[in-house]
Amino acid sequence: MTHDEILKALFDETLVGNAPEVLRLTQLGIEEGMTPSSILFDALIPSLEEVGARFERGDFFVPEMLISGKAMSGALNFLRPLLALTGAQTVGTFLMGTVKGDVHDIGKNLVNIMLEGAGFEVIDIGVQVAPEKFVAAIQEHKPDIVGMSAFLTTTMPMFKVNIHEITKAGLRDQVIIMVGGAPVTQEYADVVGADGFAADASTAVRVAKDLIQKRRALVTF
Amino acid sequence: MHTIVKSATRSLTIGHDQPFCIIGERINPTGRKKFQEQLRAGDLSAINKDVADQVAGGCNMLDVNMGVPLTDEPVLLAKAIKLIQTLTDLPICIDSSIIEALQAGLEAYEGKALVNSVTGEDERMEIVLPLIKRHGAAIIALPNDETGIPATVDERLIITEKIMRTVEKHGISLDNLVIDPLAMTVGADPEAVKITLETIYQIRQRWGLNMTLGASNISFGLPHRHALNAAFLPAAMSAGLTSAVMDGRTAQIVDAVRAGDLLLGLDPWGGNWISKFRAAQLAQAAATAEAQHQ
Repeated sequence: MTHDEILKALFDETLVGNAPEVLRLTQLGIEEGMTPSSILFDALIPSLEEVGARFERGDFFVPEMLISGKAMSGALNFLRPLLALTGAQTVGTFLMGTVKGDVHDIGKNLVNIMLEGAGFEVIDIGVQVAPEKFVAAIQEHKPDIVGMSAFLTTTMPMFKVNIHEITKAGLRDQVIIMVGGAPVTQEYADVVGADGFAADASTAVRVAKDLIQKRRALVTF
Repeated sequence: MHTIVKSATRSLTIGHDQPFCIIGERINPTGRKKFQEQLRAGDLSAINKDVADQVAGGCNMLDVNMGVPLTDEPVLLAKAIKLIQTLTDLPICIDSSIIEALQAGLEAYEGKALVNSVTGEDERMEIVLPLIKRHGAAIIALPNDETGIPATVDERLIITEKIMRTVEKHGISLDNLVIDPLAMTVGADPEAVKITLETIYQIRQRWGLNMTLGASNISFGLPHRHALNAAFLPAAMSAGLTSAVMDGRTAQIVDAVRAGDLLLGLDPWGGNWISKFRAAQLAQAAATAEAQHQ
C-alpha cells in the first residue's frame, strides 16, 4: 500500500469504527515509514471531523460516533509514545469532569471522544467531581481548558461553585472554562461566568478550538 | 404489592396484577426551548395542550417537571400542579431533584402524589423521606448512590435493599416505594437494556416491589425511537415493570403497552383492548359520515 492508500483506508475504517483494522493500518503506516503526526492529522482527525459533521447533520447516530471514537483511541494509544518522541504539539489539553452530585457521563464521554478526535489531549477526571478536585487537577495537569458537565438542574449550580473555587485558588486566568449538559443553555453559561458553552459534542470541539486560538492570539500580541 | 395514588377525585392502583400505568412524560421543559422561554415569562398556557394530548393518548397519570434554569422552580411547580388539577383528574407524579420544589409541589397537590424521585444516597434520603412521610405520598427511588450509576444488576439490587430498609425506618410502608431500576440508552452501551431488564426481574422476584423508569431513555441517540420504545416496554412489563414515565402521546407506543397488558393477562378477555378498538371504530365511522354529509 502506498502512503496515500494507507491514509485513505485509515480515514474510511475510522469512519465506520473498525477498531482492529484502524490499529493494523496505523502500525502498518509506521512500519512503512509514515510519521505519527501524518497518520494523526491527515487521516484520524479528518475522519473524526467527518463523524462530527455527520452527527451534527443527523446522518450519524450515537453508537456510530462511539465506535469511531473507540477505533481512533486504539490507534492513538499506539501513536502516543511515538508522538511524544517526535515532540508533536497537541491542539491543547482538556480537563473534563461531571460536577459533584451528578453521575451522568454519556454526554461527557461523547465530548471527550470528539475532543480526542480533534487532537486534544483529554484528561477525564470522572463523575461527582468536587470543586477541590477540579482545583487540584488544574494544578496537576495545567490544562488549557476545563470542561464541566451537569445533567440536572440541581447540579448545574455547581458550575458557579467550581468557578468560584478556581478563582479563589488564583487559577481562573490560567484556564478557559467550558460548561455543558442537557439542561445547560448559553444564557446559563454566561450567568455562571463560563467562557464557553456548546449544545452538542461536535460544536463543543469547535468552540474549544476557537477559544484556544483566541487565547493564544492574545498571548502572542 | 399495590401502590395507590390519588387525585382529588380519582384513585389509581399500580401493581403486578394491574394494567400497566402509563405516566405521561411530556410536561417537562428539558429540551423544549420555546416552553422554557414561556415558563420563564410565567406563561403556563402550553400545559393545556400537553395535558389534553396526554389524556387523549391514554395516560393513567401525568409527570410534572418544571426544571427551568434560572427560575423559582418551587413556585413554578406549585402553579403548574394547581393548573393541571383544574384540567384533569389524573393523579400526578411530582418530578424534581430540588427538595424545596418537591415540598412546594406536595403542598399544592390535592390527593396522594407519587414523588419523582430520591436516590439511594443517605443524605438525600434523610431529607426527602420525612417529607414523603409527612404528606403520605409515594416515592420513586433510584438505586444509585454517591459513587455513580451502578453498572451491574447486583450493585443495583444491593442499593435497592438499602433503600427498602431506610424507607421502612422512616415509617413508610413498602407499597409506597416504587423503584426506578435505571434505564440507560442502548446507543451508548449494548448491554444497558439487558441489565435493566434483569434488574427488573430480580426486584420483582425478590421483593415484588412496584417499579417505574424513564422508558424513552433507552433509545436516546438512535433513529426511529418510537419503534425501539414500543419494543422495550412489553419486554420490561414481562420482566415485572409496572409503570413507566413515557411517551403517552404516540399511538404506536401506547398500543404496544396495552397489547402487553392483554398478552400478559392484565386485561382479561381483552376488555380494554376491545373497547378501545370499538371507540376508534366509532370515531372513524362518525368521521366518514361527516365527510359524506358535506
